[in-house]
Amino acid sequence: MKIHEYQAKAILSKYGVAVPRGIMVESREAAERAAKDLLGAGATGVVVKAQIHAGGRGKGGGVKLARSYNEAAELAGKILGMQLVTHQTGPEGKKVRRLLIEETLPIASELYLGIVLDRTVSRSVFMASKAGGMEIEEVAAKDPDAIIKEHIDPAIGFQPFQARKIAFRLGLKPEFISPAVKFMLALYKAYEETDASLFEINPFITTTDGRVFALDAKVNIDDNALYRHPDLKELRDITEEDPLEVEASKYNLNYIKLDGTVGCMVNGAGLAMATMDIIKFAGGEPANFLDVGGGANAEQVTHAFEILLADKNVKAVLINIFGGILRVDTLANGVVEAARKTNIQLPIVLRLEGTNVDKGREILQASGMNFIVAQTMKDAAEKVVAAAAGR
Amino acid sequence: MSILVDQNTRLIVQGLTGREGSFHAKACADYGTKVVGGVTPGKGGTVHEGWPVFNTVADAVRDTQANATMIFVPPPFAADAILEAIDAALPLIVCITEGIPTRDMVSVWRYLEGSSSRLIGPNCPGVISPGKCKIGIMPGNIHRPGRIGIVSRSGTLTYEAVHQITQLGMGQSTALGIGGDPIIGTNFVDALALFNADPETEAIIMIGEIGGTAEETAAEYIKAHVQKPVVSFIAGQTAPPGRRMGHAGAIISGGRGTAEEKFKALQSAGVHIVKSPALLGETLVEALGAKS
Repeated sequence: MKIHEYQAKAILSKYGVAVPRGIMVESREAAERAAKDLLGAGATGVVVKAQIHAGGRGKGGGVKLARSYNEAAELAGKILGMQLVTHQTGPEGKKVRRLLIEETLPIASELYLGIVLDRTVSRSVFMASKAGGMEIEEVAAKDPDAIIKEHIDPAIGFQPFQARKIAFRLGLKPEFISPAVKFMLALYKAYEETDASLFEINPFITTTDGRVFALDAKVNIDDNALYRHPDLKELRDITEEDPLEVEASKYNLNYIKLDGTVGCMVNGAGLAMATMDIIKFAGGEPANFLDVGGGANAEQVTHAFEILLADKNVKAVLINIFGGILRVDTLANGVVEAARKTNIQLPIVLRLEGTNVDKGREILQASGMNFIVAQTMKDAAEKVVAAAAGR
Repeated sequence: MSILVDQNTRLIVQGLTGREGSFHAKACADYGTKVVGGVTPGKGGTVHEGWPVFNTVADAVRDTQANATMIFVPPPFAADAILEAIDAALPLIVCITEGIPTRDMVSVWRYLEGSSSRLIGPNCPGVISPGKCKIGIMPGNIHRPGRIGIVSRSGTLTYEAVHQITQLGMGQSTALGIGGDPIIGTNFVDALALFNADPETEAIIMIGEIGGTAEETAAEYIKAHVQKPVVSFIAGQTAPPGRRMGHAGAIISGGRGTAEEKFKALQSAGVHIVKSPALLGETLVEALGAKS
């Protein structure tokens, strides 16, 4: 689960990780008050930062500097409500609904700190680089040695000596070593205790007056661990997600909207991806990824159908089910029920295999509805692509 | 022969008395697997569907001489169930449970290092040596004893490959799903090494997907060690970056883990790559033909 920068900073602050003073606002008036407060408390300037779930906000025009509260209010008025386009949002951009008004700081240097799972060794890894403000992937591609890595043994956790190694290798001046070590240890504690899947402090800054801060913060939480963090679950912002994907998640369906015309419903993530691939291979474009899971029932299948059809780009539907836990007759009942309920006019191609496949095919036939039955994946893909093209 | 499981496998089921555990224990026994008992804390001493139930894995192993376990414990308790099985020194642990927090699996992996146990999964369909033993949730009837080894990160896509092989009149030595999570006990290299050493496995199908670098590592291993023909498909050629495609591990991040990169690595290792999943079986037949 992704969360906003202001939420991430609130978590960090709770764990003693230094962050700039800041206030989240949702209106121009509140932005003005926030800027007044911060400037009144000694800040020399404020930054107005758009809060959306995507990186590259600065380049997209979503982060601006203000010297006065009037200027902050004016900028807030411009940024709130805009469709912010960055390299991570897609061409349509994302609507800005919230801003973080934050004090400016006298930056001496910008660095990078991050914690993430290293899948190759099944351990978390603490990463650091002198190239703050840059995308870590770019740094890694250009000069892998520029990234400092310390793997974390889960039996003992991230240790002070590891934080010192990183601090010295970053070339920090002596007065920054101790605060940086304290910062990194607090950061690790926050990472562990929130079941995060990613922490990125980019940039991590030192200031001319001898302090260190997380100037930006990106935090992702492991979805599988949210059951033990009811407080973090609350941080989900569904306005950042596709409405159909939100609807699907209510029924434990895994749906991702794409741009094509062939809707697909599949059981199993791997087979669902493979089905998208084969649609493309047959000359079509998938309209979505939809995994109904291993244990889907007739009701879930009905919901899956409704979500699929709510996408008006869909011109034909391919249902590819390899029944294991999900028995084919259960699926067939769900499909017939859903097709009746939604009064579907689009062509539906079905490719069914596995447990109780004969019963399933009987149910489809007995329904008297006009389903197109395919034998193999290839056959199914070709039939559905032809149907979507109106052939 | 086969790998990992055969007629000598003696299976217990952790979470036997739950709905899923009960259903699949019966399905495995019906297939011919020697299911010898189950574990549900608090229900020790009772009998479920004819099987003795134990409070702890250690008790179950002592009384039944089990050498394998199948885990159907809900996600919040699944990591603990795996740890208990490692502690009891069970040689083979198959964890079906989907949705275990990554942090829990980091600890499990650490405890697994240096132990005598092998973990398959989690979030996997399990492992089957057709005609001998099935541990997992796969439909047994689509399999047929034979000489093709199949390893995959995905469940239903494994069934697809199995089905194609069976339809072509061939069969499988062993088919296993290693799981779609970022941290799994047995990876492609482990499975490839076992298939490579198994005299009755003639060729291998390896099915990967986007995310991580497991396929690239496998490609290096194949290049250096595997003599048998390997046919490979990578799911997710059309997946958009930055989106988790169902499996927790299936995500292209920072431009890494794309299907294209993986295909390239495998091709340069001499693997017969398949761009359409419908062609797995046919390509395998061609690969075998080219070899003989």
